[in-house]
Amino acid sequence: MTDVGTNRSGNRTLRRVLRNPNVLFGGIIIGLLVLIALFAPWLTPMDPMKQDLWTRYEAPRGLWVEGAWNTEFVLGADELGRDILSRLIMGTRVSLLVGFIATSLSLVFGMLLGALAGYLGGWVDNVVMRVMDVLLALPGILLAIAIVAALGPSIVNAMVAIAIVRVPTMARVVRSEVLALREQEFVESARALGGGHLHIVFRHIISNAWAPAMVLATLGMGTAIVAEAALSFLGLGTQPPDISWGRMLSVGREVIRSSPHVTLYPGIAITVTVLGFSLLGDGLRDAFDRRLKDGA
Amino acid sequence: MGMTGYVLRRFLALVVTLFGVSVIVFLLVHLSPGDPIRIMLGEQARPEDVQRLNDIYGFDQPLAVQYVKWLGAALQGDLGDSIRSGVPVIELVGQRLPATLELAVVSLLLAVGVGIPLGVLAAVTRNSPIDLASMVIALVGVAAPNFWVGLILLSTVAANVGWIPVFGRGPGVMESLGVLVTQFDARPLWDAARHLLLPAIAIGTSIMAIITRMTRSALLEVLGLDYVRTAKAKGVRRMRVVFRHALRNAILPVVTVIGVQFGFLLGGAIVTEVVFAWPGIGRLIVDGISQRDFPVVQGSILLLGVVFVLVNLVVDLSYSFINPRIRYD
Repeated sequence: MTDVGTNRSGNRTLRRVLRNPNVLFGGIIIGLLVLIALFAPWLTPMDPMKQDLWTRYEAPRGLWVEGAWNTEFVLGADELGRDILSRLIMGTRVSLLVGFIATSLSLVFGMLLGALAGYLGGWVDNVVMRVMDVLLALPGILLAIAIVAALGPSIVNAMVAIAIVRVPTMARVVRSEVLALREQEFVESARALGGGHLHIVFRHIISNAWAPAMVLATLGMGTAIVAEAALSFLGLGTQPPDISWGRMLSVGREVIRSSPHVTLYPGIAITVTVLGFSLLGDGLRDAFDRRLKDGA
Repeated sequence: MGMTGYVLRRFLALVVTLFGVSVIVFLLVHLSPGDPIRIMLGEQARPEDVQRLNDIYGFDQPLAVQYVKWLGAALQGDLGDSIRSGVPVIELVGQRLPATLELAVVSLLLAVGVGIPLGVLAAVTRNSPIDLASMVIALVGVAAPNFWVGLILLSTVAANVGWIPVFGRGPGVMESLGVLVTQFDARPLWDAARHLLLPAIAIGTSIMAIITRMTRSALLEVLGLDYVRTAKAKGVRRMRVVFRHALRNAILPVVTVIGVQFGFLLGGAIVTEVVFAWPGIGRLIVDGISQRDFPVVQGSILLLGVVFVLVNLVVDLSYSFINPRIRYD
């Protein structure tokens, strides 16, 4: 495969990725969320931390009040009278950050373990994959709860737990990809040229196994964000004063009948975010799948 | 390799996996930063309580010795006692596990019962508004966290429909069925069903969405095959082609998904149980964590793990009955 050929097929793949409607819709959703997270402090209409007993569980006022634009309690207020819209905007940061860090950790360790297991084979493969099997033997959220229960509830431990839960799936996918790559001519020639194992794994194998790993990571972002929300909902993830959509839901549970707006909006935020990542991931998979089918 | 060899190999793998699960569960207590006894009992614990717990766990012994003792006891059904209530953990889990399994099974039945017809409807009316609507439902259903769906159902349905209870569980489904058969009394079953309805919908929604998508795409694929076209050309009625000829072959990947998703259901049940105050094993674990009752947490996770692994085995083995073409290598 020459450089020119790689570039041409790369451009073709990129064009196909960008033309995929799922990638487009998912990308727009995620792009907007990233912008919201980056500029959150400038976007909040009110101070998300400001408490006011007089506005506890204030119903949503909407954007248009008595013939004028309204920026106060557009989506209502929570149990301490804080503005829900402002807290949702700030919460975007936590959700995306936890998802991103947990997914990155699982990507790095999953790729490393999967590549080593697939490339080296033999007992290394056996030991690594049996450990992965055991981690997959428990439902993901149960394993995450167990790890956080042991390490203690905190946002960092929640990230670590989510990452550990996601590693086995990543390792499996990368391993099967590596098993196919291992026998390819360019790897064999690298070996014949005297390339060391580490050089071959990092330079040739991992660089070629990234496509399925990225698809999995994109889909995994959604899973990680829901997991963080679930852990925080149970009181095991983000702790006050940090703002998380999952924590906002757990507070709303107490007043679900009298003030349903407290739970409604954080849930919509989580759903839209997960939807964005799953559209993007599905779209990327379609695009890459076709690349594989084309033999490019 | 024949079926027997395959089953034997799977059992061997099962033993290895369960061994691994037991190591993870055992190590949970030791992952905790600091002295596990102090974490469980607090800093102001009385010396005799510390001693009692040390006797049970043997924290002063080497880790391997502790593990062997713990596993030996667990294999004989002794998972220790709850630190808070003193009740044997196996008893607590035994009371709660049926509630969780019941919820998971009913959720799955509901998901299959709605998902497959919806998927078929979407496939036969391809690109119609019905198809589009079912796909939107499927997309949102996968994305929405099940515990949030539960909260929304509580605030909308339970708050407005008088006969749907807000919290808790009715009588067990199996016992209620027994009453129905022996005494012709349907009231316990009705009571059980109305308690189950909302949590089952909450947990089943995402699986339902996945089943809908799978059924649709599998059916569309089969409907394009030659033998289906032949059947159509022969003048077989459309509905008969779909149900007799196509759906039978399209159902296999769907069954695979259903099997894979059962574990997900158990996981979803853990969080959703908290929403509905469902007295299952999920709430036992969450309460155990907040009370630092490690034997309860360990025992619950271990048994839930065992159930999960066994269910996966049964699902794998049952494929051979559904698909005789399957090969065991």
